[in-house]
Amino acid sequence: MKNRVRVVKRPQLSFLERWYLGPVVKGLGMTIKRFFGVLTDVLFRWENKKTAITMQYPEERWDFKDNFRGAPALVMDQEGRSKCVACQICEFVCPPKAITMWPAELEDEDKVEKYPERFEIDMLRCIYCGYCEEACPEEAIFLVKEAEIVYADRESFVYDKDKLHAMGGIREDRIMKWKDK
Amino acid sequence: MKLLWTVVEVSVVATVVLPTTAALLVWAERRVSAFMQDRLGPNRVGPAGLLQPIADLLKFMFKEDVVPGHVNKVMYVLAPALSLVPALVAFAVVPYARGMAIADLNVGILLVFAVSSMAVYGVTIGGWASNSKYSLLGGVRASAQMISYELALGLSVVPVLLVVGDLNMQAIVQWQADHVWLVVPLFPVWVIFLVSSYAETNRLPFDCPEAETELVAGYHTEYSSMKFALFFLAEYIHMITASALSVALFFGGWSLPGVTFPDGSMGTLLSGLVFAGKTGAFLFLFIWVRWTLPRFRYDQLMDLGWKRLLPASLVLILATAGGVALLGGTN
Repeated sequence: MKNRVRVVKRPQLSFLERWYLGPVVKGLGMTIKRFFGVLTDVLFRWENKKTAITMQYPEERWDFKDNFRGAPALVMDQEGRSKCVACQICEFVCPPKAITMWPAELEDEDKVEKYPERFEIDMLRCIYCGYCEEACPEEAIFLVKEAEIVYADRESFVYDKDKLHAMGGIREDRIMKWKDK
Repeated sequence: MKLLWTVVEVSVVATVVLPTTAALLVWAERRVSAFMQDRLGPNRVGPAGLLQPIADLLKFMFKEDVVPGHVNKVMYVLAPALSLVPALVAFAVVPYARGMAIADLNVGILLVFAVSSMAVYGVTIGGWASNSKYSLLGGVRASAQMISYELALGLSVVPVLLVVGDLNMQAIVQWQADHVWLVVPLFPVWVIFLVSSYAETNRLPFDCPEAETELVAGYHTEYSSMKFALFFLAEYIHMITASALSVALFFGGWSLPGVTFPDGSMGTLLSGLVFAGKTGAFLFLFIWVRWTLPRFRYDQLMDLGWKRLLPASLVLILATAGGVALLGGTN
């Protein structure tokens, strides 16, 4: 238990420091340096600014990483066909029950049986947990880099199938189960 | 004719020049502080955010003017006006251009002190009438602080008067135009004047009456809407007056060394611009200091005022008097 007490020596103030004026001048130098740094940024080199850290939000946006968990969206294969087979696993796994799906049967296809006739995600309910992406056996739903979902009425927050496909876009599919498997 | 001119001058200065400068100062304060903290500050309303003060003013005007039920109503309503009026009056003797001042008084600088010590009433009454602990503490602090630093401020002007031998502000500036800026021989005196004027205007590092981290907002905690805006305006006009005084007393007023302004209105205008520029530099210093230094503890503030600045200014008066006597008087 010994050596637990450590004596911290008070810093010895120099003459100027005791007069307070020295540190004041030093501090003033510090702030004016930042001031001119930001001023130069604003006036001359906004594109590669050095001192200012503010982002001008609506004009400048974050560059999200690829694994960013934003809003869930449905993806299509390279032929523009939805990968969702309406298995409803995402609907079951979704903790806040944001996903609602109306599966329908495909009559004239031999390799797949179902497709979502309607597919809705209520973005007000979604908690961006990513369970749907994890659970999806077809890799048909992904969390995309979409984080700014703002409307003035509740109805607009419910995204339908077309909108979700547009958000998800096309992802390369190696298997193409629609026609090859 | 003279009277009419004075009326015009007063109304223009009191209702246009000073409030506009104060508004610009609020904008400058916000932008400069932002820049010093690696931010940008308000830059959306108008070019570079210059119309932000107008937006602020509109906000103040349209906010509900709450008079809390627990206040002393008469005093409560009176306090913002009491705070603003001395700030405006003190500007009267400022020699803002060659041969120009609203009131070219013989007692000049004394009027400033007489009036600016009235400013403490607005703050103290505001704090008292609000009937709230934060306001009261703020008001009490303000009164003690402003009275304490009034001494150091007053005494730090005495060396100037000793050297110049005149109380008239124009004469003081003229002396500096003829000889040398008083900051050169009286640099330590100027430092004391500067520190005291920061305390007088309740600005950081001496903003104990407001002290938002301790007292919410100090004496104007209970104020809202335009009443708060008046307190706000008064603080900024005090700053302008203090800067203008610093310029007039120590930095040669409207004069520039080696520059002779042409006669006539052109020269007057140029001298006015020089004065405005110098005052602007001092206002920047106000802002710069505010966003650099932390607030003093209250006892440190009193210690600095009574035990350091007051004796120092007394010693400097003696030294200046000795110097003036040795060098054979002023005139």
